Amino acid sequence: MSPLPTVVIVGAGPAGIAAARRLAEAGLRPMLLDREPAVGGQILRQQAPGIELPPLPGFDPAAGPRMRSDLEALRDRIDWYPSTTVIAIEGNRLWAIGPSGEIDSTGWDRLLVCTGAHDRLVPVPGWTLPGVVTLGAAQIALKTQGCAVGRRIAFVGTGPLLYLSAAQHVAAGCDVAVVADTSGVGDAAAAVAGLLGDRARLALGLRCLRILARAGVRRVRRVTALAVEGDDRVTGLVIHAGRRRTTFPCDAVAIGFGLVPQTQLLDLAGVELAPESRSGLWLPVLDAAGRTSMPGVYAAGDGATLAGAEAAGLMGERAALAVLEDLHLASDRDRAAWLDRELARHAGLARALARAFPFPTRLEESIDDATVICRCEGVTAGAVRSAVGEFDAGEVNRLKALTRCGMGRCQGRICGPVLARLVARASGRSLAEVGRLRAQAPVEPLPARTRRADAADATP
Amino acid sequence: MTTRLEAEVCVVGGGLVGCATALHLAMRRVPCIVLERGLCGGQASGVNYGGVRRQGRTLAELPLADRARRLWGRLARLVDGDCEFRATGHLRLARDAAELAGLERWAAEARSFGVACEILGPDRLAERWPWLGPGLAGGSFCADDGQANPRLATPLFARAARRHGARIIEQRAVLAVERIPSGFHLQAAGGLEVRARILVNAAGAWGPGLAALLGERLPGEVIAPNMLVSEPLPYRIEPNLGMAGPGVYLRQIPSGSVIFGGGRGTADPETGRCRPLLATSLATLEEACRIVPDLARATIIRTWAGIEGRTPDDLPVIGASATVPGLFHAFGFSGHGFMLAPAVGAVLAELVLDGHSSTSLAGLAPSRFGVGRAGST
Repeated sequence: MSPLPTVVIVGAGPAGIAAARRLAEAGLRPMLLDREPAVGGQILRQQAPGIELPPLPGFDPAAGPRMRSDLEALRDRIDWYPSTTVIAIEGNRLWAIGPSGEIDSTGWDRLLVCTGAHDRLVPVPGWTLPGVVTLGAAQIALKTQGCAVGRRIAFVGTGPLLYLSAAQHVAAGCDVAVVADTSGVGDAAAAVAGLLGDRARLALGLRCLRILARAGVRRVRRVTALAVEGDDRVTGLVIHAGRRRTTFPCDAVAIGFGLVPQTQLLDLAGVELAPESRSGLWLPVLDAAGRTSMPGVYAAGDGATLAGAEAAGLMGERAALAVLEDLHLASDRDRAAWLDRELARHAGLARALARAFPFPTRLEESIDDATVICRCEGVTAGAVRSAVGEFDAGEVNRLKALTRCGMGRCQGRICGPVLARLVARASGRSLAEVGRLRAQAPVEPLPARTRRADAADATP
Repeated sequence: MTTRLEAEVCVVGGGLVGCATALHLAMRRVPCIVLERGLCGGQASGVNYGGVRRQGRTLAELPLADRARRLWGRLARLVDGDCEFRATGHLRLARDAAELAGLERWAAEARSFGVACEILGPDRLAERWPWLGPGLAGGSFCADDGQANPRLATPLFARAARRHGARIIEQRAVLAVERIPSGFHLQAAGGLEVRARILVNAAGAWGPGLAALLGERLPGEVIAPNMLVSEPLPYRIEPNLGMAGPGVYLRQIPSGSVIFGGGRGTADPETGRCRPLLATSLATLEEACRIVPDLARATIIRTWAGIEGRTPDDLPVIGASATVPGLFHAFGFSGHGFMLAPAVGAVLAELVLDGHSSTSLAGLAPSRFGVGRAGST
């Protein structure tokens, strides 16, 4: 019997877990690598021991333990590596730092990348003040630690997470200063129409709105400009909507404009990425089953297409079936066909949500010259714009070289899409033409003292 | 759609050498076109380590390096911009007595070229740079050497050349070139055709390939130096550091980041793609932490490599073609061309316009590999 092919899954969120289960059921022994000590990804992060939470909308405290016990049942059929961060991919080999802090590499026959997404930001005046956090970070602090990021929190941005995060904070007894959305009421009508196909999500959305209304939380729509006030920390949020300018006193601001897929590993694997028209973000080019342009490399979940947690689980399973098909192992055609239909439905829902909460392109284009867009390196929007003009430069990696924008610790995760927009606008080029910041290893910081797990027989 | 352009000189390759050549030609009002396959400074010129040193070079390079060092001192005026050049000194470290003897020998020989080095034993080394690790046999310090920012240098040279009238065209890989009675006819990507009386081959890793298109055989392989950068640490390492033998080299910039080099990544000259290798990076870090133990606290946030041409004797090919009239070469800098490039541009402009240069190029001529006509062996 030939040895089992090595299938590596990176990321143990809904997509990675579903894929691992499907592959294990088929008799393979997938390796599941995850950066966190517990499975579930960001969406199923659980409260720390001893943290008691009141019921929160959209948060099922049993989901995480359920997923853990699911994984426990698979335990002897998969190789699970928690607290293991993949930092580089070189051809058919990946490098990861394990819980001991040692680095090791492994080859793979098939690679499924399920690395999820992080919050998308638009830099506004004051966004680097202490007290400003992303919507996702505020939510994680609440769900895992039972902590609020401030005594009075202003929520601003757009997307379902804006309302969910705000409503969860209200339900937990927090004081919410305002929920300010850059999208408009017309957009919301599109959301309701689009979500008619997903009763559960529609119901959750309406429940969040009810919670906010009952608590008397002020809601503002069609926000066109905003600024965070404060000297050494947040003291207020200034909102422009229509002709009105309103200041909401607060000591924390939770901000986010949707999500950005984490495509760094796919990029290192040589996968083709292309700008998606609505969000302007670069996503992997995939077939319906999650195959990328690189043979043997697959992607699923919010790191591949931004369709939410439920779709992520379906995508993970679908990609696992594709892996089985491509290995000429017994797959399940009926199940694949059903998943394809379900995924098409979810794609429709995702499009509806994207219409309902459009990314505020104009807000991003009109970032003030004095506003820092790369906080790691302290680069302002003005510095980027003037470098575009001065060097006749219209490619983001060139602008990175000239201005240091995107050179710091976050490797351009936060400022990358902003940089692309500013360069496109200033140079009169399209987002496709200005390109994207190329991923470079290590995709997570690598301590210089890191030792190789195979140090004894290392052949550098 | 075809665009046809004509110029006195066509430079192939918009790296630092090509852009510096264009600047010096343009300053003498010679119409010149630069064809760059990607973006100016996109390969070795833009992503190299950033060392500006004469110390440790083969003596044949020293006249050029000396001229380059003088140019670096006034580069800000020449290109009207800051390449972040700083004369921090360059410290070469010896692991054992034999290496230290080698440093002493080099220092004695280089003195006649005007390069002053100070030899230090282990005690003086530790006294002067207390952050150095134990176990070093000594070092040689060249106070006038230094470092600069390679990411800025090529774009600044390109901008200066444009301001003087040079035409620099990016995303135009040369697809074909032939000798015609009036000089050269080139076909480049995007339907661009260029005629020029003189052709300068500053194509770096692609240099031998361009020569071969004109029937001249020049040796060269492709290498990709492997580089790393850390998050900022308190600024302590002032000199540019290197080893007497092969090994790691590193420098710190005042904002705190430490830039490390050592070993090789992988490079594919066909696609122009190159990659750093993590195994190489880890070996570099291990050695760097031995030399400067404090670096164990560093955190690496980025690694990279850039495609570079290397010759059999590790020396660049600079001068008139031995077989094709009107063709001049300047490539194959073998991993240490960044510092030389500003002078190479000046020298090439002299060779092209005056027929000779005031700077000695002995030992660097293309003919040193024998007159190689493609297909003649």
